[in-house]
Amino acid sequence: MTRQDKITRAFKQVGTRPPRPDGIDKVTGRAMYGADMTAPGMLWGKVLRSPHAHARIRSIDTSAAEALEGVKAVVTGADFTLPEDDFYRDVAVNCMAQDAALYDGHAVAAVAAVSEAVAKAALKLIKVEYEVLPHVIDVDAAMTTGAPVVQPGRAYENVPEGMSENVTSHCEFGHGDLAAGFAKADVIVERSFRTAATHQGYIEPHACLASMGGDGRADLWCCTQGQFHVREVCAEILGMESSQLRVTASEIGGGFGGKTTVFIEPVALALSRKAGRPVKIVMKRDEVFRATGPTVHSSIDVKIGMTRDGRITAGEAHLRYSGGAFPCGTVDMGAQSAFAAYDLDAVRTFGWNAMTNRPKEAAYRAPGAPQAIYAVESVVDELCQKLGLDPLDVRILNAARKGTKSAYGPTFDEIGLLATLEAAKAHPHYTAPLGPNQGRGLSCGFWFNFGGNTCVTMNLAFDGTVTITEGNPDIGGSRASISLMAAEELGIPYDKVRTIVADTASIGHNDITDGSRVTFSVGLAAIEAARDAIAKMCARVAKIWGIDPDAVEWKDGAVHPSGPNAGKFPPMTLAEIAATSPNTGGPIAGHYEVNADGAGVSFGVHLVDVEVDPETGATKVLRYTVFQDAGKAVHPDYVEGQMQGGAVQGIGWALNEEYIYGEDGRLQNPGFLDYRVPVASDLPEIETVILEIPNPGHPYGVRGVGETPIVPPLAAISNAVSRAAGVRLTELPMSPPRILKALSAQG
Amino acid sequence: MKTIPVSTRVNGDSVEFLCAPEETLLDALRNRLGLTGAKEGCGSGDCGACSVLVDGRLVCACLVLAAEAEGAEIATVEGMAEGERLHPLQRHFIDSAALQCGVCTPGILVAAKALLDHNPDPSDEEVRYWLAGNLCRCTGYDKIVRAVQSAAAEMRGA
Amino acid sequence: MVKVLLWGSLRSATGGQAEVEVDATTFKELLDRLAEDYPGLRPQIERGVSLALDGVIYREAWFTPIGPDNEVVLMPYMTGG
Repeated sequence: MTRQDKITRAFKQVGTRPPRPDGIDKVTGRAMYGADMTAPGMLWGKVLRSPHAHARIRSIDTSAAEALEGVKAVVTGADFTLPEDDFYRDVAVNCMAQDAALYDGHAVAAVAAVSEAVAKAALKLIKVEYEVLPHVIDVDAAMTTGAPVVQPGRAYENVPEGMSENVTSHCEFGHGDLAAGFAKADVIVERSFRTAATHQGYIEPHACLASMGGDGRADLWCCTQGQFHVREVCAEILGMESSQLRVTASEIGGGFGGKTTVFIEPVALALSRKAGRPVKIVMKRDEVFRATGPTVHSSIDVKIGMTRDGRITAGEAHLRYSGGAFPCGTVDMGAQSAFAAYDLDAVRTFGWNAMTNRPKEAAYRAPGAPQAIYAVESVVDELCQKLGLDPLDVRILNAARKGTKSAYGPTFDEIGLLATLEAAKAHPHYTAPLGPNQGRGLSCGFWFNFGGNTCVTMNLAFDGTVTITEGNPDIGGSRASISLMAAEELGIPYDKVRTIVADTASIGHNDITDGSRVTFSVGLAAIEAARDAIAKMCARVAKIWGIDPDAVEWKDGAVHPSGPNAGKFPPMTLAEIAATSPNTGGPIAGHYEVNADGAGVSFGVHLVDVEVDPETGATKVLRYTVFQDAGKAVHPDYVEGQMQGGAVQGIGWALNEEYIYGEDGRLQNPGFLDYRVPVASDLPEIETVILEIPNPGHPYGVRGVGETPIVPPLAAISNAVSRAAGVRLTELPMSPPRILKALSAQG
Repeated sequence: MKTIPVSTRVNGDSVEFLCAPEETLLDALRNRLGLTGAKEGCGSGDCGACSVLVDGRLVCACLVLAAEAEGAEIATVEGMAEGERLHPLQRHFIDSAALQCGVCTPGILVAAKALLDHNPDPSDEEVRYWLAGNLCRCTGYDKIVRAVQSAAAEMRGA
Repeated sequence: MVKVLLWGSLRSATGGQAEVEVDATTFKELLDRLAEDYPGLRPQIERGVSLALDGVIYREAWFTPIGPDNEVVLMPYMTGG
């Protein structure tokens, strides 16, 4: 993709807020989500899960379950042939345990029966003989030598000798001379932090409906962020050819990264293959908590040096993440993003991943970044307090900008951080008065953003209306933004464009809806597909007029003669071209395929005021403002929605949400009652300020916005609470008991 | 398995179905009557995605037995619009972008309608507390509160 | 020749060098040369790497042209939410 020097285009439709095309379906109950599909002859599938955190599976006797009337198939690990590739094999083993149950909730068997009730009864008849093994839940404990080993022989070559076998990978980033940097500092603060594992908490549990015939062809309907990825993983696990498996993405009831992998889909396919009938599996909420998601939990040490006037002289972080019972690369992204907001001469981050007997980590908005940036931004805030400096001024002074050699290596091009910080400083929120027991906190946030494999087709109907066929599930209004960009490029009204999300047999591969990539990449491909069709329309009209194709141009939704020798012809509109297309060469379509790069990194700043009740330790969020660079906000309502939703997920992470394990290694809070996500009455308005600094990697300057907003809330709230309470908090979530403990320790 | 015959009214229509004694109203609506607008988010009354009205009372359909629907008047999201005319709440939810993934939306619409039925002019705080039993993980609730308020204003003729 | 900046933990495969020079004009050539010249890098390259070229991150594009004046930084392959 060519880089745009300057985007000065005056947009007619991009930047407006029309109703989303799937709105009526979603307010009337008509929209079909994962659990809403049925098929004739359908069976109900249910999964048996390990009650142990760690156990060898000695034997599984399924004979009594198979004998129960109404049971049509039972599968265990023995029904899956394991892929050789580590990535696929880990996904397969996570979907169905092989010789060992690696965490509480790990699937060990599944049944398909004529009703949910029969399937449930059949699960009780499956006899699993477990040999319970010692378990380890905490990352620091898992890294000590002699800790129970979750899986042997999984360490990468980059892990130093002599570490616990649970340590799977090590990474290091940074540049400069740390010792010299710390020597220049007037004040050095060194702190250790811990963050709990949280769950993405999508309201729709995983659900799928699989149908596989005796000929090996299969159809799968499921709620996923990426139907093509589901196809590839399931084909790999079941030994099928990709083209024999058609995956249709249902409407998706939230994902936030948690639906970028598979859990029940290969199981439903295996059951369907065995039973010869369609099989539907719908997870219960406790299964969602015990066996899907969560984030890593972390233990982080940060050391930062600062001069009296606020210049950071050196920064160092040691990050220990655990992505559950399998190797996990999320710590790499934490170690890269920890200091991304700063222009530093000396910076070093070290990361380790260690396995624990917890569910396999799944991505959650900006995976790895919130924890790392929370720790760094907390220490920066403490330094500001110690030196009596304004925390925004210090961030402006040290902010990464164009030409900064980033802490993770590359030199930054145009980035919006400084403008975002300055917008925060100019905002009335920053100078509003605070009352007793109240504190104000802020934090920067960062995410890389991706592009990725993308394939879009534009079809022009004979009546002059347009279909955009794309392959990324619409998780938060993307049909609207893609339609807007296509309409803009074609110069036709938004309501003449319909964007549909196709199944895996109907369009080429599209990467998962992740990495804040859809509005960027699919938008880019839709614009280019429209341009492809425009070129064809220009050629048709040139032929009609009998002039050279170079002598016409596309302007405002019509072909015009161009140049002095083109002749005088009335412009021909898209609708007129469409109507004559059967006579001029047949249907007109545009197509574009790309592995998009140039997504452009994303920065944001959050400001928050809180009040801490010294009697109860409860924190009330009083005021919240999000500042973020969107490049170009295609549909500002849904950009604001991403910023607000991400901020509130971060508020939950900061104040309430955590995976709580008992001594027995079992998850104690697998439900929304005890795993408390923010509710409406917990929150104030979430004010948003969108900055638009065009991204040179996109034809309209678009930058992904979805992930960055979950990054700053953790530190912003921790800094606000610490200032309100007069004591530095270093562990998330800051639940009332933790805050009370910190207050009483301070005396 | 013993089944129980149930006669009830759903969105104004008489319906009859057979259900198991332990079957929830939510399962009966979804699996027996094909009304899949109400969703199961938790099965324990914590998320509100299955909110429906039983005789005008807002309930989580996952906590009500199907057999309890005998003789009752049930209202679900599918009954909110009149033909192609959307209820003002539905319209304002679309216009105010009060949904992202949309899976909590049916429950929130039913709950919001129940609020406005008895309190046509709620404060923001009243809206937030009323909807505290309906989880939304996408929006941060901000646009939901605004949509409810603009629908309420329209319905009051303000 | 192109200078390639490696992240810290890869230096054990390059005898401690933070920056190595390889003869390459595209991303693919660069990966092939790195794996040949520094076999210790091969496992990481097979697991996946991204490439930042003058600050723009490329994840997989083999034919991305690389010139001697470009700033080339190797990064782990990234996934998102």
